[in-house]
Amino acid sequence: MPLRLTRKLLPHPLLSTLLVIVWCLLINDLSLGTVVFGAILGLLIPISTAAYWPDRPKITRPWRLVSYMLLVIWDIMVANVQVAMIVLFKRNDDMAPNWVLIPLDLRSPEAITLLAGTITLTPGTVSTDLSADGRALLVHALDAADPEAVRDDIKTRYERRLKEIFE
Amino acid sequence: MTDIPFLIDILVATLLIIGATFTLIGSYGLLKLDQPMKRLHAPTKASTLGVGSLLLASMIHAFASGESSLHELLVMAFLFVTAPISGNFIAKVHLHRQRGGKELPAPPAEDGWATYSEK
Amino acid sequence: MIDTVLYFAIGAVGLAQLLAMVRLVIGPHTGDRILALDTMVINAIGLIILLGMFWGTQIYFESALIFAMLGFVSTVALARFVLRGDIIE
Repeated sequence: MPLRLTRKLLPHPLLSTLLVIVWCLLINDLSLGTVVFGAILGLLIPISTAAYWPDRPKITRPWRLVSYMLLVIWDIMVANVQVAMIVLFKRNDDMAPNWVLIPLDLRSPEAITLLAGTITLTPGTVSTDLSADGRALLVHALDAADPEAVRDDIKTRYERRLKEIFE
Repeated sequence: MTDIPFLIDILVATLLIIGATFTLIGSYGLLKLDQPMKRLHAPTKASTLGVGSLLLASMIHAFASGESSLHELLVMAFLFVTAPISGNFIAKVHLHRQRGGKELPAPPAEDGWATYSEK
Repeated sequence: MIDTVLYFAIGAVGLAQLLAMVRLVIGPHTGDRILALDTMVINAIGLIILLGMFWGTQIYFESALIFAMLGFVSTVALARFVLRGDIIE
């Protein structure tokens, strides 16, 4: 019974924490009044919007998510320098823009969204479209002479980790 | 502004230079690259990282000069969450324009790509 | 030192803004123009932050935040209009 009550009052604990943090950042202050008002918002907003969140993603290993984010941030910085070099010093005709097809093993929509976002944020690749049945991702690469290498890189580096987090 | 330690001074200056350079490279790439899909690569990312490090510099600067402020983090988080989405939308606009083009690889399933199959 | 670097940074981001504006004017397709506008919004956020540092005030962050939100929403609205001929169905 208490568990069900908690679920009713606190349908999305992560969303509530996020709301409190965002509120404190927005006010730019960490006094008691701010935190209390943020907590009130964090309680009320998830309850009133619970109808729009029918099921939440199951994150089995939250700490993996943090290390995944650190990995992505590092990749963004490294790859940004590479793309900057390509943009600055490579002639337009020397680049090999290519479409890359990535068959997906992930099934949950949240995981696919995260994967697509990661691919877009790491420079050199942009996720363009999802196939209608949600089983393949179309990615455009700025300078990839070998599309298979890009595909394998994305699959082993990001998708495997996301699979561990979400499934 | 005068009593900022020298090391933090250097850190903020480096971040500012990195940020401004990446922002400039992003816009330069937008002008230089010659195909619509290639153009998508330079600004959506270089600018995001560029503005990200400008925000970081501003945050460190505010801390060093005594008025702690973290709300740059909000702008940064917002930019990093929304950049892929707007990039994806612009990519879809490009796809839509070259509809029926031959260069797209076919998806494994029969139904085709999502952008084309919706009405 | 920071002041000197700030001059450089404001100059560089301003130049970036001009380059994006050139793409906005010549950009052959609608997609390029949307992309140029998106880039200009992001550059404008950077410029606002730099000006805030330059004048030593905190009051510009709200405007930067609002720019970020409006820029995202308008990019999506424009792209959606081109894609569907309609924004809200």
